Amino acid sequence: MSSNKVYWKSVAQLDKDNELVQKLEQNEFVDQIPVDEFLGDEKTMSESNTNRRDFLKYVGFSTAAASLAACEGPVIKSVPYVVQPEQIIPGIANYYATAIADGFDFRSVIIKTREGRPIKVENNKEAPTLGGGNARVHASVLSMYDINRLQGPKAEGQDVDWSNFYGQVGAKLKAMAVSQKPVVLLTQTFASPTTQSIIDDFLVQFPNVKHVVYDTLSASHALDAFENIYGVRALADYDFSKAKTIVSVGADILGDWQGGGYDSGYSQSRVPKKDHGNSEMSFHIQFESNMSLSGANADHRIPTDPATQKKIVAQIYAQLKGTSLNNDLNPQVQKAVAQTVARLKKSGSGAVVVSGIEDVAVQEVVLAINDHLGSEVIDTAQPRYIRQGSNKAVNQLVDDMESGKVKGLITAGVNPSFTLPNAKAFTAALSELELTVAFATKEDETAAASQYVAAIPHYLESWGDYEFKKGKYLLAQPTIRPLFDTQQFQDVLLKLSGSNSTYYQKIKSNWSENILNGSSWNQTLHDGFLSGNDSMEYDSVSFDVSRQIKTLSEASSTAMSLVLYTKTGMGDGQQANNPWLQEFPDPISRVSWDNYLTVSASDAKNMGFKNVNVSDGGLNGSYAKVTVGNKSIVAPVLIQPGQAKGTVGLAFGYGERRGLQDEMQVGVNAYPLYNNFEAVQEVSISPAEGYHEFACVQLHNTLMGRGDIIKETTLEIFNTKDKEYWNPVPKVSKNHMEFEVTSPEVDMWQAFDRSVGHHFNMSIDLNACTGCGACVIACHSENNVPVVGKKEIRKSRDMHWLRIDRYYSSGESFEQDDQTKEDISGLVDSLTTFGKMENASENPQVAFQPVMCQHCNHAPCETVCPVAASSHGRQGQNHMAYNRCVGTRYCANNCPYKVRRFNWFLYNKNDEFDYHMNNDLGRMVLNPDVVVRSRGVMEKCSMCIQMTQKTILDAKLEGRPIEDGEFQTACSNACSNGAIVFGDINDKESEVAALKEGDRMYHLLESVGTKPNVMYQTMVRNTDKS
Amino acid sequence: MASHYEAPIRKPLVTGDKTYHDVTVDVAAPVEGKANRQWWIVFGIALTAFLWGLGCIAYTIGTGIGTWGLNKTVGWAWDITNFVWWVGIGHAGTLISAVLLLFRQKWRMAINRSAEAMTIFSVIQAGLFPIIHMGRPWLAYWVLPIPNSFGSLWVNFNSPLLWDVFAISTYLSVSLVFWWTGLLPDFAMIRDRAVKPFQKKIYSLLSFGWSGRAKDWQRFEEVSLVLAGLATPLVLSVHTIVSFDFATAVIPGWHTTIFPPYFVAGAIFSGFAMVQTLLIIMRKVSHLEDYITVQHIELMNIVIMITGSIVGVAYITELFIAWYSGVEYEQYAFLNRATGPYWWAYWSMMTCNVFSPQFMWFKKLRTSIVFSFIISIVVNIGMWFERFVIIVTSLHRDYLPSSWTMFSPTFVDIGIFIGTIGFFFVLFLLYSRTFPVIAQAEVKTILKSSGEKYKKLRDGE
Repeated sequence: MSSNKVYWKSVAQLDKDNELVQKLEQNEFVDQIPVDEFLGDEKTMSESNTNRRDFLKYVGFSTAAASLAACEGPVIKSVPYVVQPEQIIPGIANYYATAIADGFDFRSVIIKTREGRPIKVENNKEAPTLGGGNARVHASVLSMYDINRLQGPKAEGQDVDWSNFYGQVGAKLKAMAVSQKPVVLLTQTFASPTTQSIIDDFLVQFPNVKHVVYDTLSASHALDAFENIYGVRALADYDFSKAKTIVSVGADILGDWQGGGYDSGYSQSRVPKKDHGNSEMSFHIQFESNMSLSGANADHRIPTDPATQKKIVAQIYAQLKGTSLNNDLNPQVQKAVAQTVARLKKSGSGAVVVSGIEDVAVQEVVLAINDHLGSEVIDTAQPRYIRQGSNKAVNQLVDDMESGKVKGLITAGVNPSFTLPNAKAFTAALSELELTVAFATKEDETAAASQYVAAIPHYLESWGDYEFKKGKYLLAQPTIRPLFDTQQFQDVLLKLSGSNSTYYQKIKSNWSENILNGSSWNQTLHDGFLSGNDSMEYDSVSFDVSRQIKTLSEASSTAMSLVLYTKTGMGDGQQANNPWLQEFPDPISRVSWDNYLTVSASDAKNMGFKNVNVSDGGLNGSYAKVTVGNKSIVAPVLIQPGQAKGTVGLAFGYGERRGLQDEMQVGVNAYPLYNNFEAVQEVSISPAEGYHEFACVQLHNTLMGRGDIIKETTLEIFNTKDKEYWNPVPKVSKNHMEFEVTSPEVDMWQAFDRSVGHHFNMSIDLNACTGCGACVIACHSENNVPVVGKKEIRKSRDMHWLRIDRYYSSGESFEQDDQTKEDISGLVDSLTTFGKMENASENPQVAFQPVMCQHCNHAPCETVCPVAASSHGRQGQNHMAYNRCVGTRYCANNCPYKVRRFNWFLYNKNDEFDYHMNNDLGRMVLNPDVVVRSRGVMEKCSMCIQMTQKTILDAKLEGRPIEDGEFQTACSNACSNGAIVFGDINDKESEVAALKEGDRMYHLLESVGTKPNVMYQTMVRNTDKS
Repeated sequence: MASHYEAPIRKPLVTGDKTYHDVTVDVAAPVEGKANRQWWIVFGIALTAFLWGLGCIAYTIGTGIGTWGLNKTVGWAWDITNFVWWVGIGHAGTLISAVLLLFRQKWRMAINRSAEAMTIFSVIQAGLFPIIHMGRPWLAYWVLPIPNSFGSLWVNFNSPLLWDVFAISTYLSVSLVFWWTGLLPDFAMIRDRAVKPFQKKIYSLLSFGWSGRAKDWQRFEEVSLVLAGLATPLVLSVHTIVSFDFATAVIPGWHTTIFPPYFVAGAIFSGFAMVQTLLIIMRKVSHLEDYITVQHIELMNIVIMITGSIVGVAYITELFIAWYSGVEYEQYAFLNRATGPYWWAYWSMMTCNVFSPQFMWFKKLRTSIVFSFIISIVVNIGMWFERFVIIVTSLHRDYLPSSWTMFSPTFVDIGIFIGTIGFFFVLFLLYSRTFPVIAQAEVKTILKSSGEKYKKLRDGE
């Protein structure tokens, strides 16, 4: 690089005539190089040892050395701190409490940051609202490092700076205010007191503006019902931990029903409390159409179509009240309803009935039922505020826009041009408006159609305050400086209304005036929440629902109903550009990277739909044309065991759209079928051409009668019989004597010395696990697990270190499957019976089993590795030395649990795998404590050794013993249900040590003799139907 | 050791009134003559296949094992199938040259040279797979116990894969030495006949200065005997150790104590089949019908029949033990083999390996050259399927049904396999044109006792 800079050498340089200066400028070297003198000196030359060959060697060496030195080394952009920030110590994580409130998911969370960048979402275990984070919440950190985010404000498609933006939008707004042209502010539900006051101020400033709240997935009916009865627009909250009987009619209480977050309470009621004597657990009855997580966990599941569900609600009410009501349900359902009512009566205040049917009448009746029961489970005094939208108002807005009554639209946190059922008409009307402003994180459909786009930050870059639930306040704080040129919606509104203060200042003043009540701001910010006990007081609540009962009992079924739902991984689809969530296998179908039409086996047979496995195992499904009204889409069919006949299901959140990377444009968009915000639609289905290629991680659905994989018993047997009866250790014969397989008598290996130090064990409670998959994402995030994409998943090459196996029973129950297998006699019988057992029942029992590396004490993988890359740790872990691995895959073959994952390709910095690990921004989410594996090596669960080592070192530095509960793994931390307990069994007082001695404890495939350090707690099913 | 008397009841091992000089001329002919068109065509095809395979290997090493059809459940498929198949094929050479030498089976003299060549070439193919199947083949040397600077890292002597490394390398080196030792007098023969100086130079190098003195012959005999003694246990050990890869594992269908003898029998079975395939072609192409006679073919067919039946017994024993064990995983594994999604592989194996050799009970069939050729091919296909069945059908459905899946090969899997076949034939074709393909020095020792001409003379016909 030449430079024209001239450097001063001396004052004499100014004197152009100075001879010396001139001479120096001409000659590079001050003195002549005495070449002639040297070469001319023949004596020296002849005496020299350097001959021609040596000379050439020197030249060669120098050339090689010079050219090698000129090679460019890899440039690593790591810049050391010149001035170290006060709170950032390289290598030490900082944690901040904040909250996510994206209009669909509302949770209090703790964010782990390293060197100033947020890398992981943890549950805020102390926060009193809405339980732990689900898979989407745990994955949300990656959505911040999304290269497709908007990087600054735009006006008419051009990048502008904020002052320009304010100038233009402000001027237009003022002009419209002067001419009194109506403008609508269309926002998500914020559930934020300060945001509400800012919006109120804005509305005062601009009286022509009206605020409309729009929930992408409406809870309007439930809100209306609650409002009709209690006079407050909110949703009842439930504490399922108090439940003895849970009756759910179409409500996915473990999914996203009314904002979700019910699973931790639910799980508490599902674990039989005492080890002996009379233990209790709740009984869960589920009436539903689609197979949901709740249905999968229920003790009694009755697949019914939506119209029947309405009748069921009416019947339950009538039978509880003892009033007569025409009962035209089919006998099977009648029987189930009668049992349900009996159970409800028996449990009294411990009973609760919930419903997800989007019908005001149903919701009102359900509230009336719970009132009649005197249910302690339902909480109306501190209701939820996390859904506020009104279908009527949104429909009115669309009508007004089309008729020209509304002249301007400001959208914030919503994407109506994609999510409205009549999105096309909406977008057309939108483009006719005088002023359109979209507050968005992505250039989505609405942003693309709007004149002005205000880039807003991700929630991890934002301030916020929330009241998710009456009296429970939360604070959110930024965990990193905004990555892009973004401003929060609230700040923009403040600026547009001419205020000089910021959202942060507003929150602070609002809180100190109205909320803190003397509590410390700093402490609240540190905790992330303020636990208040404000509650509603209702006077004169009346539950006259006789009219509703009548209409419900007359509900008529349609030939085929479409039941729209949200998938655990995708929700409303806001985070569709998040590769972790795309790759996350659905807990029920175990299909990733897709949505699909779920169809019952008998309907599929009638309509000619097929699911087939091709030669590499990949799952293919027929296409179906789905017609609702005058709209039709083509979706692939997945035959779903448990799907009610006469119904089909389809998930929101997928499909082609703007602002999404090509790889993530998967599935079909279900929003156009969401007519009038009704999740249940009358539909007609017809076959379409061709086969769809699914990426399903589990190709075999049944347990094949292998009852020792998921051990289960009934509550009755559990209460009355010995462990030997329902959880025996398998026996093996040696010299004609029977020994337990765990006995040292039959052990060919030498045991490790476990007397010193820690010995880690993990317990997984199959009763507490609902299969929600939060742990799967937490593991993905903590351990830098690569995303491999749809094609590779389809080839059974998923990389998840922790998976949740889902099994369907082939007969009525798993118990029956075991019996069927036991009863096989003869070769011919076994051939046909095993063939039949491969197919799931139409209404199967479901079981979930999280499986990660079992960290065997006699690990089959360790003996077979030729280079000892897999070896045993002092603390019980089965280690994997990536550096040493040469990739023979022998360990994976010999693993009975098939938990080892091979790096078939280079998954980072490879354009073939263009996910977050292929760009600098996405790589910021990587956990610096965990190495990113290269191609050709095996990887697997390490029991989060980076976390346990940190705990050990911290305690050592502080010179104290480690308390029980300090040792955690990513999965045990993420599990708010308490299904995963991790700890040191050398600490005899620890929870995990107690669990190891418990009666329900068993090891997976105990008979193989691997002696794992991961244990399972036998599943206890409550079969007490009446 | 060669006695000049042989019972008249024995059929001559060298037919066609051959004199000592005739033997020399016949064996030297392919080396001294020019390759014909057919040789070039076959060589061209083999070379193309080899290069195609090389390309596939390069692609694999450059991109990753993901270019193959493997997945999280099936971690080995064609790679190790091919490895075991080639190792198995390599077994006949040692058996013929060492074991039959110790048992004084003179008929081996016509075929041992090529059988050993086949052994070495197929072990080379086999050796490729453990290296290229690694995720990081450039670190393959880590499986050798070499003192290193990686700290106290050492190999894992518990791992059957490590035993493989020793077994295969020992086998290759012993076979090579044995083969070469036998070649010395024959190379010397070609050297002595060579007229072109370059050829003379090369063959004199190859013959290690063989002079033909009595002392040379005495040492030659002694070394052969000692090496035969050394190599004999290898016949049993190599495939036993290969079988340990599976037998020591915990996977149902692999975890089987019957594997060592079963694998050895299978290896001899497939090795003889391959020798049969090669020699039936070679005797025709190189006009060696008088040396590799129908009697040779018949004897080899008998070995094939016997080992094939042993293998069949092993298959049935496996099924019986699975049922008898009462272990549900074991039972299902074998039920799944026979009736699961890969039933066709199992029944191909059964048909090719157990049923087809039974035809050899009929004298007419086992002395039919065309039939023998067909059966030899069928047996090799069957033995490939045997390994595929053991590896893939055991892995694809093991303990936890949640991980069950299927395997389907990609063009790379197929390309590499075809490439090794190409490589094998490239080596064999080059060998057949440059090496004395029959151990003529040894054949000459039995000419007087077992040659047709001398037998006739002796019997006074």
